[in-house]
Amino acid sequence: MLDLITSPLRRLGHAVINAVWRLGFASRFLLAILANSGQSLLRLQLTIREIYFAGVMSLIIIVVSGLFVGMVLGLQGYTTLAKFGSADALGAMVALALLRELGPVLAALLFASRAGSAMTAEIGLMKTTEQLDAMSVMAVNPMARVIAPRFWAGVISMPILAALFNVVGVFGGYLVGVVMIGLDAGTFWSQMQSNVDLHYDVINGIIKSLVFGIAVTLIAVFEGYDATPTAAGVSAATTRTVVTSALVILALDFVLTAFMF
Amino acid sequence: MKRSTIDLWVGIFVALGIAAVTFLSLKVANLTPQSASQTYVLYADFDNVGGLKVKAPIKEAGVLVGRVSDIRLDPKTYRARVTMNIDKQYQMSDDVSASILTSGLLGEQYVGLQQGGSENNLSAGGTITITSSAMVLEQLIGKFMTGFTGKDASK
Repeated sequence: MLDLITSPLRRLGHAVINAVWRLGFASRFLLAILANSGQSLLRLQLTIREIYFAGVMSLIIIVVSGLFVGMVLGLQGYTTLAKFGSADALGAMVALALLRELGPVLAALLFASRAGSAMTAEIGLMKTTEQLDAMSVMAVNPMARVIAPRFWAGVISMPILAALFNVVGVFGGYLVGVVMIGLDAGTFWSQMQSNVDLHYDVINGIIKSLVFGIAVTLIAVFEGYDATPTAAGVSAATTRTVVTSALVILALDFVLTAFMF
Repeated sequence: MKRSTIDLWVGIFVALGIAAVTFLSLKVANLTPQSASQTYVLYADFDNVGGLKVKAPIKEAGVLVGRVSDIRLDPKTYRARVTMNIDKQYQMSDDVSASILTSGLLGEQYVGLQQGGSENNLSAGGTITITSSAMVLEQLIGKFMTGFTGKDASK
């Protein structure tokens, strides 16, 4: 009877302690990545190879999603703005929505589910098949050889992907607004240019995507490194990567928006 | 170290990223900030600036000639002192008048300049003395209402 009461409490306590423990380990893990970054940046080939897998391979999903998001923004924006007789502001609306919020956030969510999950699965499997231990035995530091290149590849790729998402999205809005609906092209661009501020909107968007890149990639490599070395453990770690990344991206987005705008 | 196809793809990827940021800076945002060297400063004092904001356009005959760079309360006169950066290619006569106007029915407010007939120009750092303040809706309604009651009383 007593066990009925204490067992949920015990589980709750265990979960809390475990979460704090992992947070501390993740912080130390980030410092270890930074400490071992020198070697991985000296051997650029490793980082470039990871940029190929994380960034270049994500291009298709980013570009296609960006195009459709821009087109949907164009359609939705037009129907709403037309009610107020200000359909001319469509260009500004599409660009601001993409640059400030949708570009960085959606690109980061897509990046987490495509590249982040792959990183976690790969590192988790390396751990399960004892490749990381084998490296240590051969005096190769797995932090410098496996983790740091992937971390930097993610941090470098994310702003580039977000910028491409924005450009393709603006083009999607142009396709719907100007080509399909028939707004004036000059008005579309001039409204955009007079309402979008380089420092306030473009630079802040890039800073956002850089922060998301650091967060998502850190979560991905950490979950892989911390995975339970079994098939089920690797699959659970991959799931955790996507879920945690999504929550962290949205929470960080709120914090950054509150600071910036 | 040998070159590989991966390097080529990563090169294309990074170049695309640089091109995207350049496009966003030049085409989407307006990367033509007027540097201080191409503008000179004029001041104007208003009784009420309404909803005028920093960076609001300054127009003459509907053409953009500068931007508002600062709005503050003058501690001596208790009037709003508006600092304006005017493009160097436009000279203002010393009897130019400045008024705060609204673009469209719900648009933002901007400063409209109207040249006078004087031959002399304002030098940099000069103050525009002839100003008319922003229309404040409450005051307009107040005037309208008092006019209304005044008419009633005279009947």
